[in-house]
Amino acid sequence: MLIQIILLLFFLFAWSRTFKRYRLKEIKIKELAVWTFFWLMAGLVVVFPNSTSAVAKIVGIGRGSDLVVYVSLALIFYILFRIFYRLEKIEKNITKIIRELALKEEDKKD
Amino acid sequence: MELVVVPAYNEAANIGRVIRDLFQHGWKNVLVVDDGSVDDTAGLAFGAGARVVSHFSNRGQGAALETGNEYARRKGFDVVVHFDGDGQFDAADIKGAVDKIFAGYNLVLGSRFLDDRSKIPGFKKYFILPIARIINYLFTGIKLGDVHNGFRVLDKVALEKIVISQSGMAHNSEIVAGIKKFGLKYCEHPVKVEYFRYGQGLGGGVKIIFDWIFKK
Repeated sequence: MLIQIILLLFFLFAWSRTFKRYRLKEIKIKELAVWTFFWLMAGLVVVFPNSTSAVAKIVGIGRGSDLVVYVSLALIFYILFRIFYRLEKIEKNITKIIRELALKEEDKKD
Repeated sequence: MELVVVPAYNEAANIGRVIRDLFQHGWKNVLVVDDGSVDDTAGLAFGAGARVVSHFSNRGQGAALETGNEYARRKGFDVVVHFDGDGQFDAADIKGAVDKIFAGYNLVLGSRFLDDRSKIPGFKKYFILPIARIINYLFTGIKLGDVHNGFRVLDKVALEKIVISQSGMAHNSEIVAGIKKFGLKYCEHPVKVEYFRYGQGLGGGVKIIFDWIFKK
């Protein structure tokens, strides 16, 4: 099916971006391995959609594709949550740095 | 010694008048926290004779106030007055509030409702602020007449205990919450608020609630 080809091409593209970052030494080989595994699994699910049905049955969901959607959504929300708090922490730290700089600058004037 | 902390963001039009007014009322120690203004707020404040610290990037009013508080802690001030830099407040109201600190209160909060000097816009007076009052009580457990007023005076105890981590406008709720958390003795004090600009509307209120819940 066409969607399978589109998705596979997209996964390949996503993986190539990761690989590029590895080549530029922005990420470690471990990270590359995790992402490679992730996109490989995603590719397998796309090529063999029925492969998820077995797992879906075990956990009590009718269709394999539903399982994929549920798990993906849960993952995305978790990641969003993590990013939200990470950003919050960065904001707080920036404020602290700016405060410290402002007070140090004033100290010099005295 | 008392320090008047004036948070200011792009207040070049008002800051000079605010500082002169404070000096005229006998407040010698005025610190303007310039919160990354792109206009000449810092230069004008310095020219008017105030102490000035400048954030090089805008961090929000809560962040600016905490910078002022930290300045006061380091320089050994025992009373800190928070006084908006836009000229909404009347410097004549400070004396009475500071006297209450000397009478033993840890925290004195400005209120627009204790007398009829403030001409509060109707929607704000009868819709936004009553709702804010209920939400404030639910969140902080403290019943206040005026829940979002930038005028306040902190004594040494309040200054040491309350550390503002909310960089935006939710810092106000954070300070009020500090009353219960640290068992501070507080009271409200009548202040006049001049409405030449609207301040925070309904959207601002929603953002405060969001910040209060999700940002700590």
